[in-house]
Amino acid sequence: MRFELTPRATVSPVARTLAPVAAFVTAFLIAGFVIWLMGRSPIAAFDVYVLQPLSDPWSLQELLVKATPLALIAIGLSYCFRANLWNIGAEGQYVMGAVLGGWLALRTHGTDAGFWVLPLMLLLGIVGGALYGLIPAFLKTRFNVNEILTSLMLVYVAQLTLDYLVRGPWRDPQGFNFPQSVTFDPAATLPPIVEAGRVHYGFVFAVIAVLVTAVVLGRTLFGYRLKLTGDAPRAARFAGFSSKVTALSVFAISGGLAGLAGISEVSGQIGQLQPSISPGYGFTAITVAFLGRLHPVGILIAALVVALTFIGGESAQILLKLPLDLTQAFQGILLLCVLAADALVSYRIRLVARGGGK
Amino acid sequence: MKADVSSSGPPLVELKGISKRYGDLLANDGIDLSIEPGEIHALLGENGAGKSTLVKILYGVIEPSAGEIRWEGRPVTIGSPVEARALGLGMVFQHFSLFDEMTVAENIAVALSGEWSLATVRGRLSEISRTYGLALDPDRAVWTLSAGERQRIEIVRCLLQNPRLLILDEPTSVLTPQEAEHLFVTLDKLSADGCSILYISHKLEEVRRLCRRATILRTGRVVATIDPRASTAREIAALMVGNEVGDIRTDAPHAPQGEVLRVDHLDMPPVGLHGQALKDINLVARSGEVVGIAGVAGNGQSELFAALSGERLASRPDAIVIAGRACGTLGVHARRRLAAAFVPEERLGHAAAPTHRLSENTLISHAATEVSRSGFILVNAARRLARSIIKSFDVRTPEGDPQARKLSGGNLQKFVIGREIIRKPKLLIVDQPTWGVDAGAARLIRQALVDLARAGSAVVVVSQDLDELFEVADQMAVIHQGYLSPLKPIGAWTKEAVGLEMLGVAQAQGDAHAL
Repeated sequence: MRFELTPRATVSPVARTLAPVAAFVTAFLIAGFVIWLMGRSPIAAFDVYVLQPLSDPWSLQELLVKATPLALIAIGLSYCFRANLWNIGAEGQYVMGAVLGGWLALRTHGTDAGFWVLPLMLLLGIVGGALYGLIPAFLKTRFNVNEILTSLMLVYVAQLTLDYLVRGPWRDPQGFNFPQSVTFDPAATLPPIVEAGRVHYGFVFAVIAVLVTAVVLGRTLFGYRLKLTGDAPRAARFAGFSSKVTALSVFAISGGLAGLAGISEVSGQIGQLQPSISPGYGFTAITVAFLGRLHPVGILIAALVVALTFIGGESAQILLKLPLDLTQAFQGILLLCVLAADALVSYRIRLVARGGGK
Repeated sequence: MKADVSSSGPPLVELKGISKRYGDLLANDGIDLSIEPGEIHALLGENGAGKSTLVKILYGVIEPSAGEIRWEGRPVTIGSPVEARALGLGMVFQHFSLFDEMTVAENIAVALSGEWSLATVRGRLSEISRTYGLALDPDRAVWTLSAGERQRIEIVRCLLQNPRLLILDEPTSVLTPQEAEHLFVTLDKLSADGCSILYISHKLEEVRRLCRRATILRTGRVVATIDPRASTAREIAALMVGNEVGDIRTDAPHAPQGEVLRVDHLDMPPVGLHGQALKDINLVARSGEVVGIAGVAGNGQSELFAALSGERLASRPDAIVIAGRACGTLGVHARRRLAAAFVPEERLGHAAAPTHRLSENTLISHAATEVSRSGFILVNAARRLARSIIKSFDVRTPEGDPQARKLSGGNLQKFVIGREIIRKPKLLIVDQPTWGVDAGAARLIRQALVDLARAGSAVVVVSQDLDELFEVADQMAVIHQGYLSPLKPIGAWTKEAVGLEMLGVAQAQGDAHAL
């Protein structure tokens, strides 16, 4: 007895559209079952996880705040993944963007430097992330080193660098020895979109990134270059697209967007540098990129959904005493369900009684 | 209609109503086929006619959807190649499965999965080599052997298990004419010893040379079982294709003019351990003529193509001159801008991206067409271009703008060649233009190549199919182990002379003279 996947002759567009919905329902059913096993009411959990955050204005703002870095990073990653290049180190590029942009904020701290500080900080954030992303790309194109390993390992280098800086040279002298920098000046703070609101301009950057990426991937030769490199690398070379230029540019783009996410989070949300500036956005964004099927609009939606599980998870921890690990488990279940639904739309499962050879 | 074969007792193997369905596609549709003991039976058909599917069913690789297999009159199910071998079937695949780094004897011993010691294999090997004239040195490493010798290993490997039925899939596609003739002698001997042979091919001359019965498949069905010696090549081709096959018109006199391509003392190191180096290649192609490059697979054809297209760069700019411009160090993009066009051997994955639509695939040679402007894709222009290629080159598509992989081999080949020809290049370089393509498409492609040359372009055709080169080329050279023979007018070549060049015999004599 074994299962066999046979391709469907035709794929109905209705099934393709409904697949993510079915995936979500299935993921919620599985998670509800787990919660029931843990002796809590699945209905109460659903209320806390989904309904309350969506009905409360404060939570809705928080949703956009959390979705911002996820969307920015995942959009950048989609450039790499489309070209079949595996940047696993967005977390490190995010940190390095925050470090380089944050450096300017600290340098101008207490001076009467004007309006130029913030734009320059954002630019430095992009540059910091892009340069850090170019390291694994350079190692790959020059020495053929596997980019998965180098980009991942550089995450820890970035995190420890930040840790060193805020414990050492950049520590606030009046901070009672806490490992954190001074609070950024208003000139170095990314303002909220609405007065006294929580959502900062980072969300606008994310929306711009989505729109620009939709045009780049769908309508430009550069976008086609990525698709061709990912789908048929020999054909890409035959088309005259150098694989080295492709690798360097997608790593620079995804690093730059991760860096922008990092500096936006630090200057718009946290307001200072501290040892930890991310609950793993750079890694969760990999899930977000695939949940969104590497499509810019899909990624924005996926970022909002995953942000919802973050917020719901926090309230569930407080209200229902459910562990935060459950949130991560749910994110994993969700990704599996979406991938399975995608596969089932294109393939049919057949139970084969006995195999006819390999 | 069945040709009469005298026999007593049941046939060795009999297929009855074999069908295989893949989704909507019926790859085999109620196929009946019987093979007598000691018979050499041909299975003829175009690519995609269902030959491979049928053979894989017989060899237990895939399961039929319906039908029955009888072995000496009693029904059997063949669930795997292991069961097939136990029954007495042996198969020589088109693509060899050998370990390059191991010796001949080791390769054979490995396949017999420890049944015999290396010494036993050696002994039986020399016995079989003597009996059937399959000369093989048991201690040579496989990577040093020619394709013909590698094929001998596969055949010997089957023969060691004393098969009752030997299946050969397009065995001569990698052989020189001399090697092929050698193979035929071996097959005749095997058949005389009572071993049945199922010979799969689309080359009519071979089938007429070897077989007295041929089953012809078209679109998954048996269209006829005939005696190939009693029919003309044209009649058989018509059965395979389903309509009359015409000849290529090359009547317009060719008047070569200016030089479009000059390759001057081109050297290239090999890529990887078993890659072929290019050694001192010299070649000239003039506008108005077709230049053919013959050779057995793996003698540097793909390396030569990569060097000419600019996918690999030469060390000197003047090693390759296109349209008067030294471009040995310029990439494929720049060469396309000099009005050169290229069609590589692999359709899927190299010439075209399998999962991309045909209109997107026009972007691959975007450097020289009007499908993009300042970095943006002109989607409508790309669609229009794809439509006009489809129309001009009779590309049969399942829908308006399908993914490349949904096209049959012949239709995709017409598309990728059409994509280059439609922009009227000054120079076209094609590697294996009709490899694995049905007869109808092959004819259309060859005609298009000749027409392009007659309209004033230079065309270079790299091909393993000698008949094709004799049909279309005005000048021809032979490539052997990275050396290119001098270019001679096609009339000055005989098949024997080409065969000797392919084997490197002429080369060796030339070297001896030079010394």
